[in-house]
Amino acid sequence: MHKSALLALACLCGLAAFAKDPRENRRFLKQIPNNDKIPHALNRLTYGPRPGDLERVRAMGLKKWIELELHPERISENPALMAKLKMLDTLAMSSAELVRDYPTPQMVRQMVAGQTPFPSDPDRRMLIEKLVAKAERQLGQGEQPAPAAVLRTGTPQQRLAAFQALPADQQDDAIAALPAGVRQALFQIAPPGLRRKLEMADGPQQVVARDLMEGKLLRAIYSERQLDEVLADFWFNHFNVFLDKGADHYLVTEYEREAIRPHVLGRFRDLLEATAKSPAMLFYLDNWQSVGPEPPERRGQGNRARRGLNENYGRELLELHTLGVGGGYTQKDVTEVARCFTGWTIDQPQRGGSFQFNPRLHDNGEKIVLGATIAAGGGIQDGETVLDILARHPSTAHFISTRLAQRFVADDPPAALVNRMAQTFLKTGGDLREVMRTMLASKEFWSVGAYRSKVKSPLEMVASAVRAVHGDVDFAFALANQVAQLGEPLYRKPEPTGYSDSSQEWINSAGLLARMNFALQLAHDKVPGVKVEVAKAATELGSPEFQKR
Amino acid sequence: MNRRIFLRNSAVAMAGVGAAPLWLERALYASDAPSPRKKILIAIFQRGAADGLNVVVPHGERAYYDLRPTIAVPRPAAGGRREDAAIDLDGFFGLHPSLAPLKPLFDQRRLAIVDAVGSPDPTRSHFDAQDYMESGTPGVKATNDGWMNRALAKPEGQVSPLRAVAVGPTLARSLAGRNPAIALQSIGTFQVRDAEAAKEFREMYLASKDPVMQAAGRETFEAMAMLQTVQKQPYSPAAGAQYPRGRLGESLRQIAQLIKADVGLEMAFADVGGWDHHVNELGQRASEGQLAVLLREYGQALAAFWQDMGDRMADVAVVTMSEFGRTARENGNRGTDHGHANCMFVMGGGVRGGRVYGRWPGLEKEQLYEGRDLALTTDFRDVLGELVSLHLGNPTLNSVFPGYNPKPLGLISGTSNSGKGTDSAY
Repeated sequence: MHKSALLALACLCGLAAFAKDPRENRRFLKQIPNNDKIPHALNRLTYGPRPGDLERVRAMGLKKWIELELHPERISENPALMAKLKMLDTLAMSSAELVRDYPTPQMVRQMVAGQTPFPSDPDRRMLIEKLVAKAERQLGQGEQPAPAAVLRTGTPQQRLAAFQALPADQQDDAIAALPAGVRQALFQIAPPGLRRKLEMADGPQQVVARDLMEGKLLRAIYSERQLDEVLADFWFNHFNVFLDKGADHYLVTEYEREAIRPHVLGRFRDLLEATAKSPAMLFYLDNWQSVGPEPPERRGQGNRARRGLNENYGRELLELHTLGVGGGYTQKDVTEVARCFTGWTIDQPQRGGSFQFNPRLHDNGEKIVLGATIAAGGGIQDGETVLDILARHPSTAHFISTRLAQRFVADDPPAALVNRMAQTFLKTGGDLREVMRTMLASKEFWSVGAYRSKVKSPLEMVASAVRAVHGDVDFAFALANQVAQLGEPLYRKPEPTGYSDSSQEWINSAGLLARMNFALQLAHDKVPGVKVEVAKAATELGSPEFQKR
Repeated sequence: MNRRIFLRNSAVAMAGVGAAPLWLERALYASDAPSPRKKILIAIFQRGAADGLNVVVPHGERAYYDLRPTIAVPRPAAGGRREDAAIDLDGFFGLHPSLAPLKPLFDQRRLAIVDAVGSPDPTRSHFDAQDYMESGTPGVKATNDGWMNRALAKPEGQVSPLRAVAVGPTLARSLAGRNPAIALQSIGTFQVRDAEAAKEFREMYLASKDPVMQAAGRETFEAMAMLQTVQKQPYSPAAGAQYPRGRLGESLRQIAQLIKADVGLEMAFADVGGWDHHVNELGQRASEGQLAVLLREYGQALAAFWQDMGDRMADVAVVTMSEFGRTARENGNRGTDHGHANCMFVMGGGVRGGRVYGRWPGLEKEQLYEGRDLALTTDFRDVLGELVSLHLGNPTLNSVFPGYNPKPLGLISGTSNSGKGTDSAY
């Protein structure tokens, strides 16, 4: 199997090499001058150089720095970053805790009706009670309290001072009574603790989304483990889920933290399984509702219509996660794979539940997947076997290598490089760190064809701009909005394909205009929540060159 | 040097300094256009699955009232306040009362309605269904571009940078593709916020050796230059038309402004959200509640647009759509859940209005799709296909809707109703 896989790859390699323009091939072999190597490495393996990064890497030595980035566990994390992330407390919570402590309006109603417990934290409980009262007022029941007179007028600073002068037990009432516009204005100048309360008043479930986006930006800007962050973004995008699809709203935090981040430089099989068993993915691609046929002895009992097989996950697993379009699977394979994953479901998805294999939902018949027979009666092992088959399939090796090369080398990466990366993938049983090493040691990575050939995504543009000015970020919400304005609302790509890695997606009129205006805003130090420490001209941050990496 | 290119370049250069005379801009596109006036198509997407059965009310269908004991819209002659009952259209169908502003358009035969229409794909996922409808390829996820972009005919001569516009913060999926299209939040703010920096940016992008950057830069600055001249003229809707406050009104107002400024607009897209009424779809009366509020804005916006455009509507067609409809039966929360077939509105100068098109499948149990939804009898691509081929004059439907053969319903007359004679080229 191994030998024929390599043979198949060699054929692919030969064909592809013929198809490519020989001039193109030369560009990917010609090396960039030595002086350009560190800037290139910083552009590709980080979210952009900060003032002083060039010197730091030169002092350490480029090879040593790259090796260190490949071992993030050996890098001490930035304590300032850890402090900022601590404020975003939802990032460390489990899905169940999130649902309980940051509920949606329907859940609040359930709490009031006694169907679900209130949060344990007394501050949160109080805020939720205020929200309930407010909702009741909006429905015309209950009376409207006026905001405290001192808060009705004045500049944001005056209102803040007036607010802080209120006795503590009145402060929560005051927050709940403030109109949204006033809350927003206060937010920008309030100290972190008060900011949190203001956010909660806007709607607890928004806090979960905001923390995710802000956390991502803060990490991109401040983490010392830059390659780790770049890879976290890459792999989340590869295994994309959509934050705003129902229950996913509360499942993405744990997904990113537990299923994606720990595996980005590990074994692909582990990453694949972690996503396959994650409630976030099971819900997003509907697998949690996919069931096999009713066993004969259970039919006729009760009138409940039984939902059937849902092929959504089966299809995307093959098409987007592993083999890729044209990777050698048929529609029949999609159906058979879907059958294997019946029963892979979630225990209480709306309460932030966890993975559960439900044997009663599982289709226990025999399946044939990509030519391999999976005997009947396999239970949960069916799905595991499919993951095994996919994780060591040559098409997977090729597809994953292509995608990594697209992110790190060029929009249209040279076939020879992709093939060598795929060979490493197969030889090492899917060791992603080794695949990265093959890529980073290659002539193609350090070539003229690769150098400054990629367009920065909105996230990369915003993060690299803030890093370039050595920005001090107090809160990252305005930056997250900018990333959305530039066209990449974080965690909000509805399609499972995730955000594209190619120039075409990002460079259009609206996006370009938004980049120029953001450059202006940042250069004039006018981005809320950010303070510029090293001045840079707008014409640099908004230039065509700065949009490339 | 070709006189047209010279004029164009100098106009853009002058516009960059803010001094291009309006006549020059108009002259560019008037002389370059192959026919005196290009046809324009505007698509409006109601995101969230609008409840077609309560928008175009089948008041002649008994089952409708059985299925919706608390949220059906009352029959026209039901007694009680007229503003709470359906507005009769043809004895069987009626409009939700909040759509009163559209009744005159229907009576004047400018507004056509298609019912039991939509996407044949069974998905009830909002984003999948929206994706399928915007890509124009139901069931196929791999399509990268949108039907509107594919429907843009091969350009002849100079191409306006404002040929295809999506009003909103991001470029709508429908307009994504190989032809340049821009996302425009508002005409007034589509500019670099510092005139000095704008000049420097423009020079940098036009001089860039990267072809993608250069092309995108050129497109952006040309659009900005065009829009600067539009921005300079304060806009007053004609004929006393009053657009309602809110996103849709604002979007249509801007589209009207762009059309009347003769910037070469051919395709425009706007969307309006909030239709996902699982709970409390209507208030105590049909004229109250969430759907009524949305429809009030909706009807007023469309009617205002019609009034504002006046004669120019001869070249314009507006089509509305939503990703799927909602369940025929109300649920336990005075709302409805995700369904299947829906309705579409088509209005414009060349439209044969005053009729409800499509075969009505009925709402009896055995007539429902999967026992729960309005069944589909017309594919949405039939409606869009007819607009693309007969209104826009683009016959290449197999590339606009690959894998499907649209059948016209007879919505579009062969000539425009403007009375200007048969200027159609086919």
